[in-house]
Amino acid sequence: MYAFTYHRPETIRQAAGLLSRKEDAKLLAGGHTLLPTMKQRLASPGNVVDLGKVAEMKGIERKGRAVVIGAMTTHADVAGSPIVQEAIPGLAALAGNIGDPHVRNRGTIGGSVANNDPAADYPAACLAMGATIITNKRKIAADDFFQGMFDTALEEGEIITRISFPMPGKAAYMKFPNPASRYALVGVCVAKRGSEVRVAVTGAGASGVFRWAEAEAALAKRFSSKSLDGVKAKAAGLNADIHADAEYRAHLIGVMARRAVDAAVGK
Amino acid sequence: MAAVSMTVNGHSVTADIDPRTLLVQFIRDNQRLTGTHVGCDTSQCGACVVHVDGKAVKSCTLLALQCDGSNVTTIEGLAAGGVLHPMQEAFREHHGLQCGFCTPGMIMSAVDIVNRKGNNLDEHTIREELEGNICRCTGYHNIVKAVEAGAKAMAGSSMKRAAE
Repeated sequence: MYAFTYHRPETIRQAAGLLSRKEDAKLLAGGHTLLPTMKQRLASPGNVVDLGKVAEMKGIERKGRAVVIGAMTTHADVAGSPIVQEAIPGLAALAGNIGDPHVRNRGTIGGSVANNDPAADYPAACLAMGATIITNKRKIAADDFFQGMFDTALEEGEIITRISFPMPGKAAYMKFPNPASRYALVGVCVAKRGSEVRVAVTGAGASGVFRWAEAEAALAKRFSSKSLDGVKAKAAGLNADIHADAEYRAHLIGVMARRAVDAAVGK
Repeated sequence: MAAVSMTVNGHSVTADIDPRTLLVQFIRDNQRLTGTHVGCDTSQCGACVVHVDGKAVKSCTLLALQCDGSNVTTIEGLAAGGVLHPMQEAFREHHGLQCGFCTPGMIMSAVDIVNRKGNNLDEHTIREELEGNICRCTGYHNIVKAVEAGAKAMAGSSMKRAAE
């Protein structure tokens, strides 16, 4: 790890000030991607702005028909939250299956979403549930936020402060984890809100998380895993690596989608 | 350099450290508590697990500065008055180790599992909860037995939780 100067702001305003003022500054949330990356010398920020003491970025609240989660809320806190468990059980279950217990005690929803790892779990939930990413500057719809592998709509000096999930009628996430890393080899989140059905796929796409339009159309007619019979994901544009080739990932997308629909309807 | 203060196994400690110092380096090199191990150094193997403010974390993937003001418990903080913690005793009794390298992390994780899930743990729960701890010797069989027995023993012990 290369040397850096460490900063510990206590408010979003202070953090934003440091981020824009200090040269080559990086935000540190849970640190479970940034620190390993810095150890490998793939990242070498001159200034690290630790958000760990920014109290206003933590916590979970129900606001009308939405659940609003502070960006610095850990995966363990989302998984164990009675509010999330009651309002969006599929989201609590997703958080409870990220990494391992120790990772869940440190990793945060804001860090995961800002990083937009192509195999991360949360981006699929944000996209399928039509979440709104709230920053210190604006509100961004999930559809506009995720812009490709490790790429988002965030601009210089912009900090995710909260993420708002409108409560779906039914939703679930299923993943086929890489047995070593627990990242999604393929993960599929399905969400039904009113007559709208959205299906988001993570882990598979060469450009990160994406919506699967054919499955959405089929499930909008009837929200049952049977509706996906004969609906096949295309292998073009999917990742191929030592863990799984594109054809296999395409197959897994169908399997995970059917399982997610079954879980969402309580089968 | 930057100043850091925290409580380690009940003792207040203060030091001037390079901001790059990981919590595990602070514990091992600065505090000379070498029971906490560095295995993979990539937050996968769990040999470095300690408790920070009562929660199990991988100390290789945390800056010491992130723990400023925190309460840290390492494997050395479990036994009290020369008597092993019930979970340590269970690992000894059930031979839940071979080389022992992963054992400190296993035991810190096991105590955390009991704190979260209670004293009656089934095999499935234990195996699932040990997802983040890797052992290359035992095949986990005796570790699982040790955690199950240690969890039960913790119910009747005055050392129910890690000494925080």
